[in-house]
Amino acid sequence: MATEFVARGQDLELVGIHKEFPGFTAIENLDLKIPAGEFFALLGPSGCGKTTTLRIVAGLDEASRGKVLIGGKDVTASKPHERPVNTVFQSYALFPHMSVLENVAFGLRQRKVADPLAKATEALQLVELEHLALRKPQQLSGGQQQRVALARALVNRPALLLLDEPLGALDLKLRRQMQVELKAIQMEVGLTFLHVTHDQEEAMDMADTVAVMNKGEIEQMGAPEALYDRPKTAFVARFLGQSNIFVGDVVEENDHSISISCNGQRIAAPKKRSEKHSGKVALGVRPEKATFHADKPDLDSNHNLVGPGEIIDIRFTGVSNQYLIDVPGFGDITVFAQNVGKSPVVELGAHVWVSWKVEHAFGLSDLPLKADNDEA
Amino acid sequence: MKFSLGKWLLPTYVTLAFIFTMIPIAYTFVFSFNKVEKSNIAWKEFTFDNWLNMCDQPVVCEAFGNSLAIAVISTLISTALGTAIAIALGRYKFKGRSATNLLLFLPMATPEVVMGAGLAAQFLNVGISKGFWTIVVAHVMFTLSFVVVTVKARVATLDPRLEEAGRDLYANASSVFWRITFPLLLPGIMAAAMLSFALSFDDFIITQFNSGPETTFPKFVYTAAARGIPPEANVIGSLVFIVAIAIVMIVQVRASLKAKKLRA
Repeated sequence: MATEFVARGQDLELVGIHKEFPGFTAIENLDLKIPAGEFFALLGPSGCGKTTTLRIVAGLDEASRGKVLIGGKDVTASKPHERPVNTVFQSYALFPHMSVLENVAFGLRQRKVADPLAKATEALQLVELEHLALRKPQQLSGGQQQRVALARALVNRPALLLLDEPLGALDLKLRRQMQVELKAIQMEVGLTFLHVTHDQEEAMDMADTVAVMNKGEIEQMGAPEALYDRPKTAFVARFLGQSNIFVGDVVEENDHSISISCNGQRIAAPKKRSEKHSGKVALGVRPEKATFHADKPDLDSNHNLVGPGEIIDIRFTGVSNQYLIDVPGFGDITVFAQNVGKSPVVELGAHVWVSWKVEHAFGLSDLPLKADNDEA
Repeated sequence: MKFSLGKWLLPTYVTLAFIFTMIPIAYTFVFSFNKVEKSNIAWKEFTFDNWLNMCDQPVVCEAFGNSLAIAVISTLISTALGTAIAIALGRYKFKGRSATNLLLFLPMATPEVVMGAGLAAQFLNVGISKGFWTIVVAHVMFTLSFVVVTVKARVATLDPRLEEAGRDLYANASSVFWRITFPLLLPGIMAAAMLSFALSFDDFIITQFNSGPETTFPKFVYTAAARGIPPEANVIGSLVFIVAIAIVMIVQVRASLKAKKLRA
């Protein structure tokens, strides 16, 4: 039995994790360190290995190679019930034959903690459900079940709390509300949270650090702002928000910037924001950083300018309009314009120029795959 | 008038079918109150005597007791074994799993005469004298498949993530089984046990081959039928029927109360 349980979170370290299932490799080679008390999000599309990573940390799956350390202690060979880890499952996995209170008290009873019902009631108070303590889980709504699952895990004060897309089944409004609550609870209890999700907004909104996972490997890791501002690979640029990406050979390199030639027109990016400085390079810019002009503007060298192109799609999304502009030689460029009445009034089929500041551009370490292009 | 299938034909058919099934049961019940002199075939006179003195013919109650004991013991054994097999088949991949699945259907598909005779020959071969325990062995053999099939259906609906949640919440293997798996399988296990009990209690063919001098209730009734069944047999038959109906009704009422409570 696990004996050490702490009031505060502990750090988690994964060393060279490799996981092979019959027929495919789920995790290639994963190294990860999450400091104690941090809200860490593992973000990636379905099938990228993020849930498998979580199950390996919980002990529900065994890694083919590599080590799992919690609070510096090697738990690779420990059984799930011997690890100071609790999981909030995607499907909640509440025990249908027990009351809400008994569900929450389950872990305490197994560890023979004194006064399990009082502590369980306290945990239910934390998620504001103590009035439903005697109900059965199937009598609760999805959001309430989600909170019970959270209370059932939190009550054990695990060194590490694992969240497996716990908000996936909730509707948008409830989801946003739970995100705020979850973050508040994490701050309050000071535990280490490892949150697995495919929802980039959720990850950016809640996590201190986000790791973007793709095909069994972590592509990039960092604070949400940093990841969004400077994605380093084409996958991250497109999975975390949207990006316009242009590929071309580097034709000029000076102290501050690099320029690529794209169909005769030049596009520049700051050197310190670029991963590669020679050969074939992909440069990108976020759609909200770009603007378009009805007439060719007169811009200084701190701007990139392409065009003219034809507006082939306009989508109204409430706070902003999304324009899709087909610029010959560059493909389709997406531009977001806030609905604040400043954008030029344009119609489908209008010809426009697109510009953005060089300092907003970023250079990627790889080239976008054809499949990524189609997806975008 | 327009001929309506739903309005006339179906209700008539159902009523007739119902009467047809109920007649033998009603007959047994009514004739348990018959005053009997020689045989219980013609109605003589109403009496409670048979019910009040149902063990007057000691053979009847002895046979009944044997059947009860055999049914209870074989049900306990086959339910325990069958549940374990059902969980293994439903949850784990192992060598010979599909073969086991197939073999389990054999006892259900094989004619009872063949099974009964085959087993009797084996008892003869190894020199075991037939009696109470050979009947138990025979009954475990043929009820086991039914238990496995019934419990397996329940295992299939059991979300493995619930057991994972248990493991995650500090429960070791035996706690996970007794606090999560077993309670969730219990309705299926109970259904399997009742089925096994009923099959064992009224089995005649396999029992006939493997009982030796031991008498069971079906065996007694069969032998007695040649001379006219004693009214005590009717009493016991009716009693079993009433108890079974009562159990079913209690379960139904409890389930509907529970459903009502859940909706509230």
